[in-house]
Amino acid sequence: MNSEYNFAYLDEQTKRMIRRALLKGVAIPGYQVPFASREMPMPYGWGTGGVQVTAACLTPDDTLKVIDQGADDTTNAVSIRKFFEKTAGVAVSDETAKATVIQTRHRIPERDLSENQIIVYQVPIPEPLRFLEPRETETRKMHALEEYGLMHVKLYEDIARHGHIATSYAYPVMIEGRYVMDPSPIPKFDNPKMEMAALQLFGAGREQRIYAVPPYTKVVSLDFEDYPFEKGGATQGCGLCDAQDSYLDEMIMDDSGARMSVCSDSDYCRERRDAGYVGEMGVPQKTVTEDAA
Amino acid sequence: MTPLLKVENISKYYGNRLGCRNVSFDLYPGEVLGIVGESGSGKSTLLNCLAGHQEPDTGEVIFDTRVDGPKDTITMPEPERRMLSRTDWAFVHQNPRDGLRMSVSAGGNVGERLMAVGERHYGNIRSVALDWLDKVEISEDRVDDRPSEFSGGMQQRLQIARNLVTAPRLIFMDEPTGGLDVSVQARLLDLLRGLVRELGLSAVVVTHDLAVVRLLADRLMVMKDGHVVETGLTDQVLDDPQHAYTQLLVSSVLQV
Ligand SMILES: Nc1ncnc2c1ncn2[C@@H]1O[C@H](COP(=O)(O)OP(=O)(O)OP(=O)(O)O)[C@@H](O)[C@H]1O
Ligand SMILES: [Mg+2]
Repeated sequence: MNSEYNFAYLDEQTKRMIRRALLKGVAIPGYQVPFASREMPMPYGWGTGGVQVTAACLTPDDTLKVIDQGADDTTNAVSIRKFFEKTAGVAVSDETAKATVIQTRHRIPERDLSENQIIVYQVPIPEPLRFLEPRETETRKMHALEEYGLMHVKLYEDIARHGHIATSYAYPVMIEGRYVMDPSPIPKFDNPKMEMAALQLFGAGREQRIYAVPPYTKVVSLDFEDYPFEKGGATQGCGLCDAQDSYLDEMIMDDSGARMSVCSDSDYCRERRDAGYVGEMGVPQKTVTEDAA
Repeated sequence: MTPLLKVENISKYYGNRLGCRNVSFDLYPGEVLGIVGESGSGKSTLLNCLAGHQEPDTGEVIFDTRVDGPKDTITMPEPERRMLSRTDWAFVHQNPRDGLRMSVSAGGNVGERLMAVGERHYGNIRSVALDWLDKVEISEDRVDDRPSEFSGGMQQRLQIARNLVTAPRLIFMDEPTGGLDVSVQARLLDLLRGLVRELGLSAVVVTHDLAVVRLLADRLMVMKDGHVVETGLTDQVLDDPQHAYTQLLVSSVLQV
């Protein structure tokens, strides 16, 4: 750890300010709390909101995991992880199970999170109503008065245009029957996971908003009676680990365009392969034992 | 009979400038009130105060609500007033851009109020929307087009459909035919008149155009410099104007 930095880069007063916003967010699940977002040594769009939330949550004993699209080794994830290694000196890990704080962009890990974990989402646009109502004064009023008809107009438009609800990322959810919330650009496949044991925190740096979903909060994906929410997902198993219940990314294998679908959650995939599972295109890691099979 | 709308002493100033002053009237169920007057006479100000878009400095706007009977809409809590304005009230703006969502399909525009009051069945929303497009003479195959692809007259008819879909009891209109060609105006007026009669709507219609008033309004209120200078049955006021300003207004139209 580089001692020229305050722990986790931000000064204590800023962290306290962010924690107050976080506490308010936890007290009012799904409500967007304004906060005085600081300049961070990285451009907006690189998770400055998430980074500030993580900075305000980290303690020296924490183990940090950072993922982007489910993977720990992408540029964005690597640079954020390095940033906290350098400024906070915390332990880092790729293993979901070992991490106490997980910062994420675009995914929720496949493995169930536990009560002693915090997941921090990077959020580009926190306002789910923005698409149809650009006036901030009006959207705030709509939230205050629970006027959410407009959210369904968006879904209506989807069905009218595509024959089904085509929204597949940042699919709007209703939190504890009160606030409509943008879950950040995670695939809708991940929406059902949001009813979880871990604390979920959301940070939007450019937009200066923080919101939260406390453990075991009710999270309902919006839909119509005759077009119910469907999480979608793969029709095949992971090419490497054969997982049938995991969100898959398609990879192009060679110049002839051969494709393979593999878990977007690289840690989950590794864990399964270590346990002996082998997909169609995978190579056995070790002999499948009785209890792993 | 209880008036549907009882307006008492509405005044509105913009700083020192008078918007409208001491306006009072009763509107009974099924009645259409026309408000005429020259530009700047306070018609829009008054209408916006009535519809809750602006807060008047003084006065009461008492609406006979379905559940609680007569209630002052100015002092009622904002959520309740906003609920009124998307259920029992309708507002047709002069400029369709102010009353439509231009980036949302015609069907979505009509369906919005239904979804706002809790309708969650796509099939139902769609069939009601198609029904209403039909009622305002917009071809059903335009249901997925955006209003930006519509003519001015169609936009105005869409705005009317979008407003009437929740079966409101009171409709406010600010120059609903303004900015349209004469032939388009006539068709829109016909449509409006039909709907008002058929649905037993009450309406407050602001206009420059005495032809609009003659066709739609049962009663007429003439405004000048923020005041009401004359009020009465439409035919009476137009045929036998009492106030000098009304006489001028009527004669200037006749001369055209
Ligand atoms: N937002 C505002 N700020 C200041 N003054 C205003 C505002 N709106 C209206 N006024 C003034 O209030 C008076 C009444 O205006 P209003 O728009 O109600 O007239 P109107 O009868 O609707 O006119 P028009 O026929 O041109 O639409 C005018 O003197 C106008 O300049
Ligand atoms: Mg006006």
